[in-house]
Amino acid sequence: MHELSVASDLLELVQAELKGQEVQVESIHLKLGVLAGVVKEALEFSFEVVTQRTELAGAKLLIEDVPLGIYCLNCKAEKVLEGVQSLRCPECGQLSGDIRQGKELELVTLAVRDLERQEVYG
Amino acid sequence: MADGTVLVPPRILELRQNILKKNDLLARDLRQRFAEAGVYVLNLVSGPGAGKTRLLQRTLTELAPEFHMATLVGDLATQNDARRLQESGTTVRQIETGTLCHLEAEMVASYVQDWNLAEIDLLFIENVGNLVCPSSYDLGEDGRVVLFSTTDGEDKPLKYPTLINSADLAIISKLDLAEAAEFDHAAMHRALREMRPDIKILELSAKTGEGLEAWYSHLRSSIEAKKEASHVSGNPR
Repeated sequence: MHELSVASDLLELVQAELKGQEVQVESIHLKLGVLAGVVKEALEFSFEVVTQRTELAGAKLLIEDVPLGIYCLNCKAEKVLEGVQSLRCPECGQLSGDIRQGKELELVTLAVRDLERQEVYG
Repeated sequence: MADGTVLVPPRILELRQNILKKNDLLARDLRQRFAEAGVYVLNLVSGPGAGKTRLLQRTLTELAPEFHMATLVGDLATQNDARRLQESGTTVRQIETGTLCHLEAEMVASYVQDWNLAEIDLLFIENVGNLVCPSSYDLGEDGRVVLFSTTDGEDKPLKYPTLINSADLAIISKLDLAEAAEFDHAAMHRALREMRPDIKILELSAKTGEGLEAWYSHLRSSIEAKKEASHVSGNPR
């Protein structure tokens, strides 16, 4: 259960990014590779826990799953794989150590609203 | 809108950052320090009970005449593993993580802080017994070693693909129990290579000593290479 550590790091990262800005975070977009070793549901739960009573409380966590992708030397092309038990090309069966996607644990974007503007319109 | 307010769409801030950036940066600093000092660093990962401590105990004892070695050993609680390893006469420090299921670069950095790294040839980091969480955390190591024992199922590597994919060397331990456990060597090798085609595999028994010579010669050549590299890059010890 290292998702709690990951969620804390995410919180710190966002707080550092937004330091000094008067904004409300609406949503946080992450990319999560199947090979990142992080369980999505556990991360969502942990994020809720660590953001309680912070300015990020209630921010939506949007997690995009990224499947495993390899470069197959035989087919000379990138291939997306279905599972995580093998790095074999689904077309020709060749094993590849060249992983092109699926290890992401990435904060992609933040959707924020400026607080002042919200007061004016609110 | 009825009340005349305009819904402003949120501003989108592009960040594109690894969430574990803090750990990765610390690990990079550590790797740099280890490189300058010419210390070869191995991160040992396995489930509980695969034989990490037993293998280290014997390795530390038998290589003590050749190398200066140090070990950081991570556990949730107790100093037991450190005590076992200290019998080798080498430097050992226990990291009690409390509730944390893995070691992070920050802990390694603080525990090696007052060591003169230049005096160390080989640093073992025995991670917390866990096949999941340690995989995401770079500790600045040169190589990651995963241990499975012959009493583990041959398909166990398939259940922990993230860790296998991050490992450089797989050790199959407790070779002395292979026959009793009806261990299928080929199936285990196949399972490992499905997720890490070029992984190096060593089979050994820390009890009988079988296979240890290959492990030692792997360590000797890695230590040698690390020292060479540190001299070449103009960092005299």
